Amino acid sequence: MQTLTQRLANPTRFMELSGRILPWLSGLAAVTLAYGLYLSFFVAPPDYQQGETVRIMFVHVPAAWLAMMGYMIIAVSSFGLLVFRHPLADVSAKSAAPIGAAFTLLALVTGSLWGKPMWGAYWVWDARLTSVLILFFLYIGLIALRSALEEDPALAGKLCAVLGLVGVVILPIIRFSVDWWNTLHQPASVLKVGGPAIHPSILIPLLVMALGFTLLFFAMHLKAMRNEILRRRVRSLTLAEVERASRLEARAAE
Amino acid sequence: MSALWSLVKRDLLIAAREGGATGTALGFYLIVIALMPLGLGPDLQLLSRIAPGVLWIGLLLAALLSLGRIFETDKEEGVLEILATGRVPLEFVVAAKAFAHWLSSCVPLAILSPLLGLLLNLELAAYPILLGTILIGSPAISFLGSIGAALTLRSRRGGLLIALLVLPLYIPTLIFGISAISAVVTPPGSLEASLLLLSAVTIASLVIGPIAAAAALRAQLG
Repeated sequence: MQTLTQRLANPTRFMELSGRILPWLSGLAAVTLAYGLYLSFFVAPPDYQQGETVRIMFVHVPAAWLAMMGYMIIAVSSFGLLVFRHPLADVSAKSAAPIGAAFTLLALVTGSLWGKPMWGAYWVWDARLTSVLILFFLYIGLIALRSALEEDPALAGKLCAVLGLVGVVILPIIRFSVDWWNTLHQPASVLKVGGPAIHPSILIPLLVMALGFTLLFFAMHLKAMRNEILRRRVRSLTLAEVERASRLEARAAE
Repeated sequence: MSALWSLVKRDLLIAAREGGATGTALGFYLIVIALMPLGLGPDLQLLSRIAPGVLWIGLLLAALLSLGRIFETDKEEGVLEILATGRVPLEFVVAAKAFAHWLSSCVPLAILSPLLGLLLNLELAAYPILLGTILIGSPAISFLGSIGAALTLRSRRGGLLIALLVLPLYIPTLIFGISAISAVVTPPGSLEASLLLLSAVTIASLVIGPIAAAAALRAQLG
């Protein structure tokens, strides 16, 4: 009995399955996000202290969660590539990097927009902000390394996988080192021992938005993976075509 | 073991005979530090407050300059292929080369740093601890740096890329190095905890660096 990951090792089967799932996933993401935005703009009450700015959180918190999830996807894919040599692992790692970087940037930008009225500055060197910024640098490093090795995609995939795994080892160290260094950002209040510390009127829109963002992430990731597979097919078709043409030319010259 | 020692000796000998590398890094360090008062103004109190951070950052950048050379010349001359097919595991080869880089780049920079501290009006109490933290923390620069050097071996924009890949990995070393010094200069703060954490980061890098760099080298040689 093959597992799902083994079955998906065949790109044709993956294209077939993802083609069937993608419209549903995108539709579901759109509906959930629309409902989540409605909840967060019209239903959720303004905070008694922060006023309307609390609504920024409905974008900020899911984006920050997905920034970390994106890196986890890259790490798992890197592991899959280096250990199991799964053919889709590199496709997944490559497509997840820009999406994860975009969510990280979104979290940073929304955070700094919220920080100006609340903390009086767009940017403070606080532990949470700094470690998210470093996560962003790691994403940028992965993208830069891949683009520097454009002429050899297979090698680029392996090297990015090494870097991705090093990043996952070092990320918790960075996370805790900056934690001890300086802190201002509030501690986790949704996922914590003893239940969430947020009132349901705000928690529910937040969770709907988080679900919507997650669906959106996976829809974009799947689409990017499909594009990458098609891009690789075009590349190998072009290479085959060039080879055929040069062989014909050589035969004509004889 | 003797194979590793001869590798270290060989790399040190090359660094010494080739010349330039260590001297350039020292010169770079000196100039970066000398630029600081020019940019910030000659306010001695301000300089003495930021001196530890400036010295550490300058050292990181100066050591970064020579990282590319860990594998580059050996790759060009084909030595790396021989080492990779030899009896010594590639991880140990990488560790030996990173160790040689530490001896030839980081140690001279560490010895220079108290002298540069004079330029920045660093407090007297901070000198031994500055030298101590740099010596404890800087092996991480060479060992984590070897990952960057191995990853960028094939790319044409290697030099700039190394900085982008490796500098984020240096953040824990920088933070704990600075916090150890500030524990001495501005008393509330635990010197012991910072030193232990700094050593922990260095020890972790001794393991992560060679394994990751060897994996990256194998992908490129194989």
